[in-house]
Amino acid sequence: MSAESTTLDALKACCGELPASEFRGDTRVTVSKEKLLDAMRLLKETRGFDLLVDVTCVDYLNYRDATDRFGLAYLLANTETSERLTVRVYLNEPELTVPSVVPLWSGANWFEREVFDMFGIRFDGHPDLRRILMPEEFTAFPLRKDYPLQGRGERHNFQRITRTEA
Amino acid sequence: MALAQPESTALPDNVVVTKLDELANWCRKNSLWPLPFATACCGIEFMATGASKYDIARFGAEAMRFSPRQADLLIVAGRVVMKMLPVLQRIWQQMHEPKWCISMGACASTGGVFDNYAVVQGIDRFIPVDIYIPGCPPRPEQVIQAVIDLQDKIQREGTIGGGEFDVAARQKTKRALQELPMYGRARL
Repeated sequence: MSAESTTLDALKACCGELPASEFRGDTRVTVSKEKLLDAMRLLKETRGFDLLVDVTCVDYLNYRDATDRFGLAYLLANTETSERLTVRVYLNEPELTVPSVVPLWSGANWFEREVFDMFGIRFDGHPDLRRILMPEEFTAFPLRKDYPLQGRGERHNFQRITRTEA
Repeated sequence: MALAQPESTALPDNVVVTKLDELANWCRKNSLWPLPFATACCGIEFMATGASKYDIARFGAEAMRFSPRQADLLIVAGRVVMKMLPVLQRIWQQMHEPKWCISMGACASTGGVFDNYAVVQGIDRFIPVDIYIPGCPPRPEQVIQAVIDLQDKIQREGTIGGGEFDVAARQKTKRALQELPMYGRARL
């Protein structure tokens, strides 16, 4: 179910004019990263969006007509009314830091760690921002479009064990 | 002067004469205890191999053990990512000699279709492998054939002291045989 118009009105009253659009019944709004925490707090505390379904990211490098490098997407749901809303935040290098929403939804913890692991976006105020999927000694952010598909030789740095050794 | 002939060299029918190595190999090859390192769909096919229809117990390899201390056959079934590889190497090192390894399926043997930053392109780059099974995933018959092939290999090459695993020492012995004067090239 798409977002109610009162939700968008409340967002506009809080954060000013926001670009909003609808596609096949899904509503999305774009907020600046400075207003992100205010908008999210409003959505959770007064509009009843109690479930953070996902936090994910898109790298728009070399994407047709794209103006920003990274686009974060927060998928929200209200489990009382089935209202759904997508909040988008666009980021550009070198300012790849956004405020963490872990204080609002604890479930954002691992989502934000995954976005950090794959894209290198830093979440300000996250309690434990470590890599979640890749090994800790991994240095790159593999889902960025400028990272080679087959890696940079990280797979070949392990010691080889032969019959003589073990 | 003629040597005295022994009275009789015939053995009773229930006595078999063989070498100790052959006897050890015969015991080992018919009681392989696999450790299934199953990470993907090959593991499902391996479960079918162990179940009643294909029944790997017919070849003495039905005692699956999930502790490397109790297993002597590592079956890597599925893709291995670089984060998992140190675990796999540790498991191989924890297994007791004599031990063997089967690389089951395209992913374990070559990385399969997953040539990306995370997936190891063949476990034989990092641990020893005795038998490779092609297929995506292989049929249970292929797994059973691999066990039979490994049994042949154990019977053919095995020694009770595990000398066949010590490749470096074997090459040194060969070199010594060539270099010593009494066994040297003059004899060849």
